[in-house]
Amino acid sequence: MSQPPVTQTPDEIFAREEEPVDGLHKEEAPPRARGSVLGWMQANLFSSIPNTLVTIACAALLVITVPPLIQWAFVEAVWSAADPAQCRAAEGACWALIEQKHRFILFGLYPFDEHWRPLLAVALFVIAIAVSCFPGFWRPWLAVLWVCTLGICALLMWGGILGLTFVETERWGGLPLTLILAAVGIVCAFPISIVLALGRRSEMPAVRALSVGFIELIRGVPLISVLFMASVMVPLFLPEGVTVNKLLRALIGIVLFTAAYLAEAVRGGLQSIPRGQFEAADALGLSYWQKTVLIILPQALKIAIPPIVNQFISMFKDTSLVIIIGLFDLLTTAKTALTDPPWRPFYVESYLFAGLIYWAFSFFMSRYSLFLERRLEAGAKRA
Amino acid sequence: MEDRLRAFVTSSIIAIALLAGSQAQAGATFDAVKARGELVCGVHTGLFGFAAPDDKGVWKGLDVDMCRAVAASVLGNAGKVRYVPLSAQARLTALQSGEIDMLARNTTWTLTRDTANGLNFTNVNYYDGQGFMVRKSVGVKGAKELSGATVCVQTGTTTELNLADYFRANKLELKPVTIEKYEEVTAAYFAGRCDAITSDVSQLAAVRANDAPTPADHVILPEIISKEPLAVVVRHGDDQWFDVVKWSIASMVEAEEKGLTSANVDAALSSPDPTVKRLLGVTPGMGAALGLDEKWAYNVIKQVGNYGESFERNVGMGSKLQLPRGLNALWTQGGLMYTAPIR
Repeated sequence: MSQPPVTQTPDEIFAREEEPVDGLHKEEAPPRARGSVLGWMQANLFSSIPNTLVTIACAALLVITVPPLIQWAFVEAVWSAADPAQCRAAEGACWALIEQKHRFILFGLYPFDEHWRPLLAVALFVIAIAVSCFPGFWRPWLAVLWVCTLGICALLMWGGILGLTFVETERWGGLPLTLILAAVGIVCAFPISIVLALGRRSEMPAVRALSVGFIELIRGVPLISVLFMASVMVPLFLPEGVTVNKLLRALIGIVLFTAAYLAEAVRGGLQSIPRGQFEAADALGLSYWQKTVLIILPQALKIAIPPIVNQFISMFKDTSLVIIIGLFDLLTTAKTALTDPPWRPFYVESYLFAGLIYWAFSFFMSRYSLFLERRLEAGAKRA
Repeated sequence: MEDRLRAFVTSSIIAIALLAGSQAQAGATFDAVKARGELVCGVHTGLFGFAAPDDKGVWKGLDVDMCRAVAASVLGNAGKVRYVPLSAQARLTALQSGEIDMLARNTTWTLTRDTANGLNFTNVNYYDGQGFMVRKSVGVKGAKELSGATVCVQTGTTTELNLADYFRANKLELKPVTIEKYEEVTAAYFAGRCDAITSDVSQLAAVRANDAPTPADHVILPEIISKEPLAVVVRHGDDQWFDVVKWSIASMVEAEEKGLTSANVDAALSSPDPTVKRLLGVTPGMGAALGLDEKWAYNVIKQVGNYGESFERNVGMGSKLQLPRGLNALWTQGGLMYTAPIR
């Protein structure tokens, strides 16, 4: 294209180019198709015959299931009743069961008059987690905060000083127990798993054999059998009268089990680091530990976030297996609340209540892991 | 891998056998309980009426009362009990390994458990047995008429085996509907998926009283097809402890026979009846023979009550389970509850 003469004004250039644009406007689809609800539905729900059929099927399913569910769970539900006979007379859900039994379901065998202690401990714990979730708070004082929080939680749960009565771990139960099992399991298993994953890739045969042996042995058996060993076999090997605390037994079982599975997730992360990273670190003259801690692990763990969180969530739910040792975790207390004969028909409500609590924690973990992934990914892009 | 596992399992079993042998000689559970000042009692993880925590997390039930009775007679305080909830699989090892002092967890008294497992059964605190429940409208009068009927049963239990045995022995055609969870078994029966439901009679009565839309529509058949004497257990090796547990429970039955209750036991201290005087320690000797305080039985009756009181409170007509006394009535009233004389 030749240069326009200098005398030509910019307006004239604009006017000339406007003509073809006008022509394009006429060929465009009517504006109704864009932005409006009908248009969106046409594009996303009824774009083809299979799509339309799926849409109709889903809509039918919703129409069939949702109104009766709402009817059952809210409209016809009994929210408050001291006498289960009222629930039997009603068609809907019996939330009165939760009203009557929620303290037992949440705190289990913990002495009734001291329930404020586990309640406060759980509240502090949840607040500490919430605070830790904000990247802006990732400072050294956060570690101090955690040490203090855990110390206060332990003090509240155990008692024995400051005028608090002593409560042995056998009487801990419900939500605090589930959270303790999950939190201690995650916190203790994670470092062990990193050591195991590094050990499995080590060039020292003894270390490698030990790590592989441990991982394969634990992965070869179900968690329930590990717990069963802890509850049935371990006491037989100890001298009479010497018993290891049940909670400790369960924790050791859960930590070992989770560590073995996490180690494989971490190993997956390690394997995805390109060789060049190792070589570059070696070329810089870094030692093995400098290389691992500064170069390899930060990248490997970032990649391994989805499988690691997956393992955390699955472990959180697996804590419900501790009933085999006779510990009253959240699911067990929900089940035990149902042994009261007049309330027995309302097991759906009890399980829903426990399920909702499990779901809330699991959902939080999964969403937070997504947030973490995106944040770390963004950091990598900026760099 | 598999060989290594097998070797491990084999060596574990040998070790268990050796340990079980060595523990038979160890003992002094009695001394240990007194020194500790607390009884460690194994109970069910949650079986209403026998052992289950109430809304406040306090253990209640007929089995729990056995623990309380022993604590009352040995330590003078029925509250000095630490309850260890145990699953069906873990209960016997917990006792063998010394984790608990006694087991009151609706455990059926059988020969192998009494011998090879290294346990001693003290007193039966509940006579149970397996039976059938049917809808009244079906018109079945006895279990022998159940040929070809569908029977709802919980899978993986002795209940299922007893059912098969009974039908085979009587040449009946069996159509079982096996379901894993107990609540679902009862739900299936009430939904009409089967003609009959089988379980321990105590359970059936509880199901009829609490789960049936109209309890009067269902009838429990008279045939009892298995014997389930549920008893309190201690381990081999401490005969004095065995005696103490046995007689602590016996004193509850004896008290009922003599008409002593937690309410009238104080007045009964001045009773002229020599049997009552011996039982309550007014005439000394019984406590000394057991190595206990002379007030041992008084403490049991005062703090826990007699057997009948405990039965009514936990499983009887005054409770939510509403079980009839049946076999668990005193021998003087057509039941099996009978104790050797306390003298």
